[in-house]
Amino acid sequence: MTGVETSEAVEAEQKTSLRVVVNGTAYERVVPVRRLLSDFLRHDLGLTGTHVGCEHGVCGCCTVLVDGRATRSCLTLACQVDGLSLTTIEGVKSADGGLHPVQQALSDCHGLQCGYCTPGFVISILEVLNSPDELDLSEEGVREMISGNLCRCTGYQGIVDAVRQAAVAMGRDGDAGKGAPA
Amino acid sequence: MKPSRFEYFAPESLAEAVALRDAHPGAAVLAGGQSLLPIMNFRLGRPEQVIDLRKASELAFVRVQNDVVEVGAMTRQRDLERDEGAARANPLIAESLRLVAHAVIRNRGTVGGSIAHADPAAELPALLSCLDGSVEVAGVRGRRRISAGELFVFHLTTSLEPNEVITSVSFPALEPSWGWSFLEVTRRHGDFALAGVCAALKLDGDRCVGQVRLAACGIGTTPVRLSTAEEALLSRPLTEKALREAGRAAAGYVTAGDETQASTAYRRQLVEALVRRSLLRAAARLERRTS
Amino acid sequence: MTSAPSFGTRVRRNEDERLLTGRGRYIDDITLEGALAVAFVRSPMASARIISVDTSQAMALEGVHLVVTCDDIEHLDTEMPLLIPDPSLTSPRTQRPLARGEVFYVGQTVAMVVADDRYVAEDAADLVEVVYEPLEAVVGVDRAVASGARSVHEGVAGNVAAHSRQRSGEPDAAFASAEHVTSVTVRVERSSAAPMEPRAVAARWDSVLGELTVWDGTQAPISVRGGLASLFGLDEHRVRVVAPDVGGGFGQKVLLFYPDEVLVPWAAVKLNRPVKYIEDRQENFLGSTHERLQVHHIELAATRDGLVTGLRDSFLHDTGAFIPYGLAVAQVAAGQIAGSYRIPNISVDFKAVYTNTVPVTPYRGCGRPHACFAIERAMDVLADDLGIDRFEIRRRNFIGTEEFPYDRPGLIFADGQPVSYDGGDYARALSLLEEALDPPAFRAEQEAARSEGRYLGLGLACYVEGTGLGPYEGGHVKVHPITGKVYVNTGLSSQGQGHATSFAQIAADEVGVSPSDVVVVEGDTGEFDWGVATFASRAAVVSGNAIRKAALIVREQIVHQASQMFEAAPEDIVIEEGKVFVQGVESRALTLAEVATMSNPLRYAFNKAAQSATQFTPAARRDGAALAEGAHPGLEATDYFSPASTTWAYGVHGAIVEVDPATFEVKVKRYVCVHDCGRMINPMIVEGQVIGGVAQGMGGAFYELLDYDAEGNLRNASLMEFLMPYATEVPRVEISHLETPSPRNPLGVKGVGEAGTIPVAAAFASAVEDALAPLLHGHLLDVPLSPTSLHAATRAG
Repeated sequence: MTGVETSEAVEAEQKTSLRVVVNGTAYERVVPVRRLLSDFLRHDLGLTGTHVGCEHGVCGCCTVLVDGRATRSCLTLACQVDGLSLTTIEGVKSADGGLHPVQQALSDCHGLQCGYCTPGFVISILEVLNSPDELDLSEEGVREMISGNLCRCTGYQGIVDAVRQAAVAMGRDGDAGKGAPA
Repeated sequence: MKPSRFEYFAPESLAEAVALRDAHPGAAVLAGGQSLLPIMNFRLGRPEQVIDLRKASELAFVRVQNDVVEVGAMTRQRDLERDEGAARANPLIAESLRLVAHAVIRNRGTVGGSIAHADPAAELPALLSCLDGSVEVAGVRGRRRISAGELFVFHLTTSLEPNEVITSVSFPALEPSWGWSFLEVTRRHGDFALAGVCAALKLDGDRCVGQVRLAACGIGTTPVRLSTAEEALLSRPLTEKALREAGRAAAGYVTAGDETQASTAYRRQLVEALVRRSLLRAAARLERRTS
Repeated sequence: MTSAPSFGTRVRRNEDERLLTGRGRYIDDITLEGALAVAFVRSPMASARIISVDTSQAMALEGVHLVVTCDDIEHLDTEMPLLIPDPSLTSPRTQRPLARGEVFYVGQTVAMVVADDRYVAEDAADLVEVVYEPLEAVVGVDRAVASGARSVHEGVAGNVAAHSRQRSGEPDAAFASAEHVTSVTVRVERSSAAPMEPRAVAARWDSVLGELTVWDGTQAPISVRGGLASLFGLDEHRVRVVAPDVGGGFGQKVLLFYPDEVLVPWAAVKLNRPVKYIEDRQENFLGSTHERLQVHHIELAATRDGLVTGLRDSFLHDTGAFIPYGLAVAQVAAGQIAGSYRIPNISVDFKAVYTNTVPVTPYRGCGRPHACFAIERAMDVLADDLGIDRFEIRRRNFIGTEEFPYDRPGLIFADGQPVSYDGGDYARALSLLEEALDPPAFRAEQEAARSEGRYLGLGLACYVEGTGLGPYEGGHVKVHPITGKVYVNTGLSSQGQGHATSFAQIAADEVGVSPSDVVVVEGDTGEFDWGVATFASRAAVVSGNAIRKAALIVREQIVHQASQMFEAAPEDIVIEEGKVFVQGVESRALTLAEVATMSNPLRYAFNKAAQSATQFTPAARRDGAALAEGAHPGLEATDYFSPASTTWAYGVHGAIVEVDPATFEVKVKRYVCVHDCGRMINPMIVEGQVIGGVAQGMGGAFYELLDYDAEGNLRNASLMEFLMPYATEVPRVEISHLETPSPRNPLGVKGVGEAGTIPVAAAFASAVEDALAPLLHGHLLDVPLSPTSLHAATRAG
């Protein structure tokens, strides 16, 4: 293993100031430009519910919503979300502050075991159930819907069942399609 | 798995980006980051500068005009996939995009980024090759257009100059007289293809192949236009014999060596099967589209 | 209101709400003020001499606190322990925390960096200059034992760490008189547990109190505590090891010690600052243990009508570059090689072989999937050889219900005890599978499909699983006087198995509360520090029964206390839903909290219940001491369970698949699992374990292998290329439960943690082989099955 050549420009850690709104709270922080969004959320903001499983975008543990869109926070630099609005697992709840239907369904259907991948699944499912896209709630359709997230414990069956239960609870099962409730 | 240090720029405009690119030819251009960030996290790439195009809002657009779907380089793949105008003009675009990784990756991944990354197993480069599309690039000396055939040089390598930036990607439209199909075989859903075949097809009055375009991904060092397979089909009906001959011709383009997940012999068989199935699917769609 | 027992019901998990709302506490979620981060310099070579290590540039980097090599780590610069010695393990080798002079696999730790954060630590690790002199790498068990192969370790000729031979009955005679012999060679590829949370260790040294606290994502906190205390020369109660929430383990997190597990505490003491090591995914592939690779040559002696009279198995077990966990994986495989079958005469030999690869320790299944693959594939081939149906040949050889306990004298299991199956109805399990899959109807469908060029196949595999090994676990149950909550402690840790619910159910039923009022605390030596670890599907059996015993004592204490308070006969005391009353007088019920308070003779009245418990209360007046001789205050008990023998779970899996003859993609149309793990505490959790196991089995059957090149480079050390299945690759699993109570423990339970994984590869190989029979040349004897391997299998001449 040989040393890397380091140009003068990168000898010092470049930092930048960024403003984000996470779960409705505004934050302003100065961070190194290479800080990954996952690390920013966990270590700078203390929002440790977002987990880190692979840091190359495959496992989905670190998925958060950026302006409503599911995003791998390990494949995003913190500075890329300057000025944007994020939702992490800490911001997911039902109107009365209890479990959101997606969370409730995962518990009802035993869709989690060790819980490490769970926040990523919640966020990914939430994006789809809140999206205007047509939903395919068939077995295959649901499996494809959650296919961007890895789980090593459950074998996914409970998660598939939970997506269907949550879709019913959120009124997304009837029309199987367009015009989802806001 | 954390990126090494770099200097970060977020230019407000394309012009500024081009100037930075010219000043730092070794810089990495950050579009959606879905390919670049893994490389940086593994420290397989250690760019000294990163030029983030996120503020160059002029690069995010989808325009359909003059039989061309022109897509700004910073357009998120998911946005193009959902674009109704693009879907009307060329349904093969959305079909190809749905095969790109997983939806969450397409949420951030950009059209220009995927083309510039030039992964030979990726779908968008194959699509661009299939359609004879092109890209517009900008440099300090102005803009120029590069055709798909000229663009993809080697594994992860394009013919862009180090100081150029892709500004838009142009996919020719497919009129209703065309049938289309993109089929691929992956190990897991969303993985890079072991092989994929993109087909567009036009039949003439007596159901013979009038025009056909075939391209493959995952079989060599670039996306591959399957020209001899196309030639084998011209002016013939899609008979078993014609399909077999086209498939065999296509299989001849496989240059990838034996790999753990696919031997060369297996890939050849796969391409043959995918050419056949893609052509039949394109023809079936054509029938539905024109009936 | 009668409270029905929660045992056997689908109680929702106590742990879910926290985990679903982002309030889990995995190691990197625990804030340690001023914590520093660790990165390792790892060997890029599989086998090489270390010529020099220069840490000066790294040390000079701003933000770097420590860069150490083997020369700097004092008493830790020694070979780490051999955890499970065995007489046949004649050449054990274990690794040093940091390599000294030589490296033995890509990923081995050579130097450690401690810096302000992980980014800087990685920068510094890049700046450590190591000069290597490459040596020839030994990769692959076949190459390692070939004549002329280089020795991975000096002095270990032929790379054989251990050679073990076991006999049961008269195998030679059985083969000499056999009417038919079937022999096959099967290979199960190398794989990894790959838990979603990689491993992690954090440590804090309190220099004032002289106390070391270590947070370790381990399956064995108590054992780690013992080992650390020994290494650091501290009394055990000065070392606290906490395994908080752990994101999956599957065996990979049971090894003690990984280099980081000793180096991180050492650095925390050295620097007198908290230090964290959070393994990244690449390191999980290169630095945490692997499993699975075995090559079995198995022979079956049989009569013409398919009665198996003898089994001879000789296998190579790839143990990687070191063998810290002893022979566990190979021994479990050897002990279970005859599976569900009577087979009276057995010979099983194995060699554990060193290669220049990541060391091998148990991964979910631990030798069972390998043994199952060998025997089940051999049974299929035997059936084909003799022209007997694959279901029928199994039925003819099953151990019958009347034959239990069924011993295999001469075979020793992984707990050092003789192999002795406790019970079950193997034939009934097979019948249930047949009912579910309807083989005659399938054959008709298969034939019709083949005429259309579609290839359907049906396959099956039976398994047994020795579960619930000793030596022991403990349970501590206490009713808390303020909240009335029942606290349960045991010495295990949970990595997702739902202990906080299953153990709660056991205690709840005995004490008389709802499972949601039971708080299970484990994985913390500060709370309970007698026990072994979570592995080998043993938690429910060993800790479960210990908790039950402790809970029964607490129940007696409650009854005793209440009978005094109510001046009623003990047999008239009822405990239901946390209320204690005299039968028929529920209106005067006391809460458990009140009973708990009053069971403790108090001086001070801090609340209403306490008022009546003080020594000044007239009701509390009595002759003599407030506590009788031998009594203790409070409602609290500890007890232990130490199983005399293993419990044996079993079952059969069946699959129907369709294989595309052009692309060789396999579509799973049905997957049916019939299993018996004794009495089920919580069927929902049992199903979760089984289905999760099947998914890992799918990985082994079709997707997962660790792809070493000839130079010992791991080509796919990422989740991009190590193909862990997504939801799209895993089928829906249909489950039928059988419940034969184990006679070997009072709860009648058997373990289920690994069961789902065991037969999956064998069942799919059977099914895919059946589907492609017209195209194949020979049998499918290697897993994983990939499109390209199936393509090759149809081409081989």
